[in-house]
Amino acid sequence: MSTQLPISITVNGIAHQVDVPVRLNLADFLRHELGLTGTHLGCEHGVCGACTVLLDGRSVRGCLMLAVQADGCNITTVEGLAGGHGNGAGLSVLQQAFIDHHALQCGFCTPGMLTTLSELLANNPSPSEADVRLSISGNLCRCTGYAGIVNATLAAAALLRGQSA
Amino acid sequence: MSAYVGSSVKRVEDLALVTGQGRFVDDLSIPGTLHAAFVRCDHAHARVLTVDAADARAMPGVHAIYTWQDMPVPMRGASVPLLVPRGQIDRLQLPDILVRDEACFVGEPIAVVLADSRHLAEDAAERVVVNYQPLPVAADVRHVLDADAPRVHSEQDSNLAGRLELAFGTLENVFEQAAHVVEGEFFQHRGSAHAMECRALLAQYDPMAENVTIWAGTQSPHQYRDAYAQVMGIAQRQVRVIAPDVGGGFGPKAVLYPEQFVIPACALLTARPVKWIEDRREHFLTTYQERDQYWSGRLALAADGRLLGLQGHLLHDAGAYLPWGMVVPHICAATVPGPYVLPAYRMTVDVAYTNKVPVTPVRGAGRPQAVFFMERMMDRAAAVLGMDPAQLRRRNFVQAEQMPYKVGLTFRDGSETIYDSGDYPQVQRLALERADYDGFAARQAAARVQGRYLGIATASYVEGTGLGPFEGVSVRIERDGRVLLNTGAAAQGQGHHTMLSQVCADALGVAIEDIHVHSADTGTIDFGIGTFASRIAANAAPAAHISGQKVREKVLKVAAHMLEASPADLVLIDGRVHVDGVPGHAVTLAEVANVANGVPGFSLPAGMEAGLAQTTYFTPERASYPNGSHVAEVEVDVETGEVRILNYVIGHDCGVIINPLNVEGQVQGGVAHGIGNALYEWMRYDDNAQPTTMNFGEYLLPTATEVPTVKQVHIECPSPLNPLGVKGAGEGGTIPAPAVIAAAIENALTPFGVVIDRVPITPDWLLEQILGGDES
Repeated sequence: MSTQLPISITVNGIAHQVDVPVRLNLADFLRHELGLTGTHLGCEHGVCGACTVLLDGRSVRGCLMLAVQADGCNITTVEGLAGGHGNGAGLSVLQQAFIDHHALQCGFCTPGMLTTLSELLANNPSPSEADVRLSISGNLCRCTGYAGIVNATLAAAALLRGQSA
Repeated sequence: MSAYVGSSVKRVEDLALVTGQGRFVDDLSIPGTLHAAFVRCDHAHARVLTVDAADARAMPGVHAIYTWQDMPVPMRGASVPLLVPRGQIDRLQLPDILVRDEACFVGEPIAVVLADSRHLAEDAAERVVVNYQPLPVAADVRHVLDADAPRVHSEQDSNLAGRLELAFGTLENVFEQAAHVVEGEFFQHRGSAHAMECRALLAQYDPMAENVTIWAGTQSPHQYRDAYAQVMGIAQRQVRVIAPDVGGGFGPKAVLYPEQFVIPACALLTARPVKWIEDRREHFLTTYQERDQYWSGRLALAADGRLLGLQGHLLHDAGAYLPWGMVVPHICAATVPGPYVLPAYRMTVDVAYTNKVPVTPVRGAGRPQAVFFMERMMDRAAAVLGMDPAQLRRRNFVQAEQMPYKVGLTFRDGSETIYDSGDYPQVQRLALERADYDGFAARQAAARVQGRYLGIATASYVEGTGLGPFEGVSVRIERDGRVLLNTGAAAQGQGHHTMLSQVCADALGVAIEDIHVHSADTGTIDFGIGTFASRIAANAAPAAHISGQKVREKVLKVAAHMLEASPADLVLIDGRVHVDGVPGHAVTLAEVANVANGVPGFSLPAGMEAGLAQTTYFTPERASYPNGSHVAEVEVDVETGEVRILNYVIGHDCGVIINPLNVEGQVQGGVAHGIGNALYEWMRYDDNAQPTTMNFGEYLLPTATEVPTVKQVHIECPSPLNPLGVKGAGEGGTIPAPAVIAAAIENALTPFGVVIDRVPITPDWLLEQILGGDES
C-alpha cells in the first residue's frame, strides 16, 4: 500500500541512504528506522513540541513533516546535541544547565525543549527571559511549570557568552 | 548524620533524559512485536449490534482482530476491577474488558486490531464496520437525576451512583442566630491531566514459564499486577509489571483501564509481543479525567468574623463508570473545612453517572474544587464583614498550639482526620510579606490612574497526603560493594530515585553515587501500592531510612567480627568501616559483603544473618497534612478579558524537606497545572456527550508565556507520623491556585461588580461579565 522512496539524510553527522515509506513522518523515521528514540511524540498534531528536531539548524516538528521531505537535509536530534556523544560522555552547555537548574522532571518534553532552545542560543547569544519564554511557547511541559527551563537557558547563555569572550 | 537529606542534590535521573537515553515504553522494541490499534465507540451511548471485521482482517500486515467474544474466558466474565472499597456506592458500574453489548461513552473500546505496524493497524481499524443502535444520552450532570432523564446504563433505575454525607457538630439554629450568613453557588471544571507521554503498554508472553511481562506507563505497577492476576485467575508470580521511564502521571495512570487487560490478552492469544501506544486523540477520548461539579452552600459567621457553621451540597459528574469508586467527591467533602476552626459542618454529595469518560483523580484529586468553594465563601464573608480577606482567614486559622488538631471528619482512608502539625498563621504571614500585600493598595491605585486593573488575593489550604497503607524499600549490598535499592514506588518525574538515594545514603553511611535505584518492577519487590496522593515521600522515604539503618547495623556486626572489635566502636563512612580513631584498621563494604553474602562451604559466624539486605514496608498510621497560603497579583485587560499573573507567592509547609530543588520544582509545576485549571483547561462536550475539544488547539494547556516563576517561602513543621518528619509535596502547588486566581480577578474587577463563581475563567466569559457590569 505505501510506496517507498529513497532518501539521503544526515543525522547527527552520520549519512544515511535509505528507502522510506512516503507516509512515514520524520519523527517515526528517526525513532523506529534509526533507533534514535530520544525524539518523543507527545501529540502528533504539531502543538506539544516534544518531537522538535533541528533541520539544517532550524527547529521543525518531527510529527508535521514526512521523512521524504528531509531528503538531502542535515538533522540534529537530542542525541546529537553534544556533538555526537549522546552516551552521557559529553553534554552541551545547555544540557548541563538543564541538570544544574532542575529543568526537567519526567523528561518527556525535554528533547524538544533542548533542540528548540539550542536554536535560540545559536541565533541569540543574549536572550532576555521574555525571549526564552517566547521561544518555548510552542513546547508544552506538564511537570516543571517552565521556571527551571527558563533559568537553565539564561544560565547557559551566560556561560556560552563567557566561553566566546 | 545528615549529609544528603535537606540539600539540593542534583538529580540522578537527569543524565539519561537530557541525552535522549531515557527508556520510555515506546522506546523498547522486541523483535516480532505486533502493534495494536483500537476500534472505539462513535456514540456516547449505543448498543453494539454487530462488528464486521472481514475486510479489515484481509488487509496486508493484519494479524488478528479481536472483540469481546475473543477475549480469554476469565476476562469475559470480568470487569476492570475496583481498586478501592465500594463504600456508599448504591449502583456500581465498571467497564467491560472490551464492550460486550452496550457502550456508555465515546471512545469505549469495542475491538482491537493487531498488525505488523501501527500504521497498518490503524488502516485496518478504519475498515472495521460496527453496527450500532444509538441509545438516549445522559450528557449534562445537572439533568441526569431528573426522573425522566435517559439512563447512562439502560438497565439501571437511576443515574445516581451514590450519596455521601460528611458532617460534624450541630448546625441547629446556627444560621438563624448568626450575625452574618453568606451564600454561594459555583461551577467548577478541572479537565484532563495530559501527561506529555500518553498511556503505553508492551506485553510479552513466555509460554515456557507461563508468565507475562508487561512494560507499562503506570503509577501503580503492583496494583496492576494484582488486578491482572485476579482477573485471569493466575498466580501473581506469573505476572511481572515494569514501569520504565514514565512521562508524567498526575493521577490517571494510577487507575486501571480496559486496555491494560486487552493488550496482555493479545500477547497470550497471539504468542507474540504486543505494543499499544495511546495517541493524543485517544487520550482526549478515553483517559480518565476530572470534570464538572456544581457546588452550593451557606456559611454562618459571628459579628467578629469567627466561623460558626457551614453547610453545602455538591453535584459530582462521575462519568460512565466508577473505577476509583467515589474517592474524588469524598476528598472534596473532606477537604472543605481546610485550615479553619469550624464548629459545625455538613456537606451532602450526589454522585451522578453521565455518558462521558469516567472521572478519577487528577493532581489534587478534588481538593482544588473544595478549596475553591471554601475560599470563595470566605471572600464573600470578608466582603460582607468589610474585613480584609487575609485578616478573616487569620482570625479563623487553627493555631500552632492546637496541633494535633481533630477536624471531626473521617478521611478517605477511613482514619480520623487529624492535622498532624503546622503553623498556618506563620505560613500566611510569610507569604503576604513576600508578596508585599500591604503595599498593594498603592500599586492598584497607581495602575488605575493608567487605566489598568490590578487585583490581589490570598487563599489557604490543608491537604491530606502520604496516605498508607505502605510503600516498601529493599536495600542490598552486593559483593562489589554497590548498594542496590529496590522499591515499588513508581516515578513519573518526581525524582524518587534521587530522593530515596539521599535518604538511604545518609542512613547507611555511603556516597550517593554508590546507590543504584531500581523502581516500579514487581519482579524485584513483593508489594507496592502506587504513586498518588503525594504519598511517596511519607511512605517510601521512611522505608529507605529504616532499611538503610538496618543494613548498616548488619554491616557493623559483620565488620566487628572481621576486625575483632565491638560494633559500638566502629564507624561506617564513605563505604569503609573502621575502628573509631583508627582509620587504618578498616574493611570495605565489598569485603564485608563478601563475608555476609556467603563463602561456599564456610559457616557464618554465630548469630549472623545471611546477606547484607533488608526490606522494610513503612506503614504510617494516618495521613499527614501539608498546608500553605498562596498570594496572586493579577492584571485584567478589561478590553479583552485576558488575565495576566503579575506576581505569585507561595508560603508552604510540607514538613521536613528532603531535597529543596525537587520540592520547589514540584510546587512550581503544580502551580502551572492550577493556572491551567483557573484560566484555560476545559474538556467540552456537546448535548449528545460528543467531545468537542480533541486537540491542544481546542484544549489549552498553559505555556511558558502564561506561567510566571513562583516565589516560594517554606517552613518545616515536622510530621510526627514518620521518622523523617516528611509530608507530601506533589499537589500543594495546584490545590489553591484556581481559588486565589479567581479571587484576584474579582478583586481587580471590583469597579465592575464582577462576581467570579466558576473556573475555568475564560476571556470571553470574563468579558461578558465586565460588559454586563457598570463601572461606578
